[in-house]
Amino acid sequence: MKSVVKIESLFYKYKNTQALEDISLEIPLGATVGVIGPDGVGKSTLLALIAGVKKIQEGSLEVFEGDISLESFRQNVRSRVAYMPQGLGKNLYMSLSIYENLLFFARLFGLSKEQREKRIELLLKVTGLYEFQNRSVGKLSGGMKQKLGLCCALIHDPELLILDEPTTGVDPLSRREFWELIDKIKGVQKNMSVIVATAYMQEAQLFDYTIAMDEGKILSFTTPKELLSKTDSKDIDAAFIALLPEVKRLKHNGLQEIQKSIQKDEAIAIEARHLTMKFGDFIAVDDVSFSIKQGEIFGFLGSNGCGKTTTMKMLTGLLEPSAGEVDLFGKTIKENSLQMRKDVGYMTQSFSLYNELSILQNLRLHAELYGVASGQKEQRVEEVLERFSLKQYSTSLAGDLPLGIKQRLSLAVAVIHKPKMLILDEPTSGVDPISRDGFWQLLLDLAHNDGVTIFISTHFMNEGERCDRISLMHQGKVLASDTPDVLIASKQKENLEEAFIEYLSEAIEKKESHKGEIFALEKTSVQIQEGFLLTRFGGYAIRESLELLRDPVRLVFALLGMVILMFVMGYGISMDVEDLKFSVLDNDKSPQSREYVEFISGSRYFLEQEELQSYAQMEELMRRGEISIAIEIPPDFGRDIHKGLDVEVGAWIDGTMSFRAETIHGYLLGLHTSYLQSKLYGEAPVLVDIQMRYRYNQDFKSLYAIVPAVIPMLLIFIPSILMALSVVREKELGSITNFYATPVTRLEFMLGKQLPYVVISMVSFFGLLLLAVFVFGVPIKGDLLLLTFGAFLYVFATTGLGFLMSVFTKTQIAALGGTAIATLLPTVSFSGMQDPVSSLDGVAYFIGNIFPATYFINISRGIFSKDIGFSGHSFDLFALFLAALCIAALSLLTLKKQEQ
Amino acid sequence: MSSMYRIYKLTLKELLTLYRDKMMFFFIIYSFSFAIYLAATAGSMELRNVPIAFVDEDRSILSQRVIDAFYKPRFMTPQIIAYDQIDTLMDGGIYTFIVILPEDMQKDLSQSQTPQIQLNIDATRMSQAGIGAGYISRIISQEFARYKKTPTSQLSIELIPSYKYNPNLEGSWFGSINEVISNLMLLSILLAGAALMREREHGTIEHLLVMPLQSSEILLAKIFSTILVILFWVAFSLLVVVEGILDVPLVGSVWLFLLCGALMLFATSSIGIFMGTITSSMPQFGMMLILVVLPLMMLSGGMTPYESMPLALQYLMYLSPTTHFVELSQAILFRGAGLDVIWENLVAIFFIGMFFFAFALLTFKKSMEAQS
Repeated sequence: MKSVVKIESLFYKYKNTQALEDISLEIPLGATVGVIGPDGVGKSTLLALIAGVKKIQEGSLEVFEGDISLESFRQNVRSRVAYMPQGLGKNLYMSLSIYENLLFFARLFGLSKEQREKRIELLLKVTGLYEFQNRSVGKLSGGMKQKLGLCCALIHDPELLILDEPTTGVDPLSRREFWELIDKIKGVQKNMSVIVATAYMQEAQLFDYTIAMDEGKILSFTTPKELLSKTDSKDIDAAFIALLPEVKRLKHNGLQEIQKSIQKDEAIAIEARHLTMKFGDFIAVDDVSFSIKQGEIFGFLGSNGCGKTTTMKMLTGLLEPSAGEVDLFGKTIKENSLQMRKDVGYMTQSFSLYNELSILQNLRLHAELYGVASGQKEQRVEEVLERFSLKQYSTSLAGDLPLGIKQRLSLAVAVIHKPKMLILDEPTSGVDPISRDGFWQLLLDLAHNDGVTIFISTHFMNEGERCDRISLMHQGKVLASDTPDVLIASKQKENLEEAFIEYLSEAIEKKESHKGEIFALEKTSVQIQEGFLLTRFGGYAIRESLELLRDPVRLVFALLGMVILMFVMGYGISMDVEDLKFSVLDNDKSPQSREYVEFISGSRYFLEQEELQSYAQMEELMRRGEISIAIEIPPDFGRDIHKGLDVEVGAWIDGTMSFRAETIHGYLLGLHTSYLQSKLYGEAPVLVDIQMRYRYNQDFKSLYAIVPAVIPMLLIFIPSILMALSVVREKELGSITNFYATPVTRLEFMLGKQLPYVVISMVSFFGLLLLAVFVFGVPIKGDLLLLTFGAFLYVFATTGLGFLMSVFTKTQIAALGGTAIATLLPTVSFSGMQDPVSSLDGVAYFIGNIFPATYFINISRGIFSKDIGFSGHSFDLFALFLAALCIAALSLLTLKKQEQ
Repeated sequence: MSSMYRIYKLTLKELLTLYRDKMMFFFIIYSFSFAIYLAATAGSMELRNVPIAFVDEDRSILSQRVIDAFYKPRFMTPQIIAYDQIDTLMDGGIYTFIVILPEDMQKDLSQSQTPQIQLNIDATRMSQAGIGAGYISRIISQEFARYKKTPTSQLSIELIPSYKYNPNLEGSWFGSINEVISNLMLLSILLAGAALMREREHGTIEHLLVMPLQSSEILLAKIFSTILVILFWVAFSLLVVVEGILDVPLVGSVWLFLLCGALMLFATSSIGIFMGTITSSMPQFGMMLILVVLPLMMLSGGMTPYESMPLALQYLMYLSPTTHFVELSQAILFRGAGLDVIWENLVAIFFIGMFFFAFALLTFKKSMEAQS
């Protein structure tokens, strides 16, 4: 039998955890294989390695009998493999519609226009998404997102489908529909192999083979039937536990029923009346009411996005309901006092702890902030460490912990201040069955022994069965609310899952059916074209543009921001030194001295202040910064001049800002010299006549030099930051996977991402030009076309700089900080904005010479002020071209097409 | 349990978090060490390595003397070019100044005729062109006078300039301080804003909000931690980089400066937090950052003379803490001014800080609701 995947001794290591350890595996062609196991055992890593989106560290991995570690092979095999990453809709674009998302993927695989239209229509009809195709993904329910994800994966008709937890967090009905869909597709595509990872162990029963994984190792690889019989278990959950090594298994001794030791008192802990929450026109929670008694475990069951989290946030006071009210222990939440918060422990979804703090630090911090008395603090922390078996980890960082332990820590943090009520938002998702049972044991203990009221949400149906009472939620509404037994009995089903599906189908049939039509999927042949493909490039360019257009705030910030900055800086930056505060210390007070002082102070540059009385006063005023210049006339000034003696006039200049001081000195000397000349006019010959020819800017106005230099400044900061963030954002949100998993090349990706920002920058450029000419009145004397060409090269280089920055940074904050720091100083100080580059020294001189802004400032100033044609700017243009090219080449060389 | 205690504990947490963010740490260290050195040693003194060329049609002793009077470091070694090269070289921006020494210049001078010298100036290079033109004409006149052995005037009044607080007009003195101020502002806004963003992204902000904490305590802790970290590095760069390596004598009290710095950081980090509350994503925050930081950096009097801005803009910039801070740091560090001189600036910074802090507090809770 041929194999689709062949793995030999594969290892994979993250910083300090071994994710995969010596995996060897052969998956037969055409098989459907389920990979089961809790979060963090290496499922996702394995799937990503098979899909070729993660780089192989050690071992060999063949897909379709080719070595996936070879880039050339990967590029070829892309058309046969599809990969859907973990996390609902993580590789989809929320602001784009269903159709636009599909179009993007179709383009990335190089489908022609006809192929695209045909294939998309088919897939939409199959999945029942056809009538919603113009709805934006952000507004879809979890089930619909999941179907769309599948459509995107199937767009190029793959032979191997890799799905990483496609059904996590989706309601049971959608989950069932999803597997039916896969079955349907497999019915048409008999040869298609499917590899699925899932956290719902029961789903493994649907597959041909099951791979059970734990701690980076494969526990078993067999058919589900065999797995059950081998372990002698009645369900996969139990079978999985049976497979675990003995040490782990020993801890598990099933769930112990704890009798309530506290007499159930009938006091109401939480009472919600007609809670409604609207976000815009979207109703997240619709008229929900319930009341929970003290010491009760109340469960909220439903899919992601059905309003569970929103309801919980209203209970904690994080959100104020649009309508309705909540009473906690008889007091309305609106009075949300600090005392009330002390009664509540809250555990957010995904265990948001301070990952950079240790367990002990986390516990202490929360104890301190909750106001546990300092005498009791250490004792309380100790107690909690003991009760939740966290002692051995107390000094490790929360971020380094396995999920199960993180979960225990989160609960420990939530109860550190002995709250009377706990609100737990999906506390068990992604946690292995043993940890989950252990967790429930703790909950039962808290509720039944300590009388803590627990409000818990979950999408695991078997956990719902453990609650005292539950509410079934769907799309913001409560479908039913009662004890689990009553709910199951009322629908005459065997378990809660079946009953929930029944409730769901009733609710949905009333509205609309999502069921797809009967169809015939035909084979589409997709060939991967080598080289630069316009379709793939266009895929990224069009998608990026659409996203940009749908985030008007960012667009307005970018465009309007540049205009505002141009205004402020164009008028604000000035090299003219004027209105200098000037004062005189006249120790002579003779007619001669007055004449001299009047001559000097008559200058338009100086603002004369009150006359100084003493040297000390001058010192003081200067120290206060109230005057910048002081002239000191010596005693007997007039008499000495008369006698023909040498006279020295002192000029005190504030030297703090050297540029300003030097200019002042220049003014003073000029005035002084003309005073002398005016006195001697006619008596002494003028030795030399120096004619100043101010070229390019006859009036010598600052504006003419500043405005053309502000344009290059603005065209570097905003484009480079926008660019850098747009790429790093994809890294953070996860959609970067599309670049890894599709045949799009580095060049296509880079240029596709860059194009929209180049266009925006060019639009801003023209806006700035109009502003310069018509508002500031700075004419363009040279060739506009040449300037535009220069601007194009320049924004290509500056967006490229942003792209390059994004290659090296992982978080948006780092990208923002890095880009700002890397562009601000060189542009403002080293690129000839104020001082020409030739006047710089050392490293600054070097940076100034390789920085693109230098050359565009030259071009911009040049073309604004003189008309010298192409040849006059050819050097600067060539340098810009070279800079853009080097930056692009550097980006391409360092950009990785696999996750590292 | 006092509020102070909770703020203290939260601040410790913020510091720990920051300590673990290696990338940010690197940026901070770079900005207060190498970047300061780089900016200060760039040669920010205006007349330095000025590119100048001569067209020498006289080829006399006098012309040679004039040319030799221009030397480093103020001028680059003058180049001799041909007359017909002038336009190309000026157009290409190779030289800021080209002086044409005419034929028979020396002869004319000896015969008491006034020779005409043409000084071509590239006026697009504002600062250099302005100061340089005056400078060059004085040098030429002096050489002529020396050659003729006549005093420039019979009235012997001499103007003796002395530069207070910076006798040799070292550009690196204020250049380095200005870079410290710029980076202080940029990083504190970024750090405070980012601290808020990070808690939002990791969902830990909800944790804080359900605890018995006041919003003000959460925000103050972020502000205090930013102040502590940045102030430490400001002190480092002042004492080690500026005073130690760059050898800039700081006459005033560094302690007073740091005290003012702390207040300044209160204002800027409040601005950062305020920006973090009104933007909903990092790209938006990034745009806003540039929009705010750039004018503050360029127009607060640190880079260009404040007095020559349009009056309306001067008033507007008075609302920026940076303007006051630039003023007071010049006063303290170079002029040795004390609290009696700078108290007005200090009060202004305090009120600006309070204003933004109050606003941030107001928008904080609202923004938390809006994002869910």
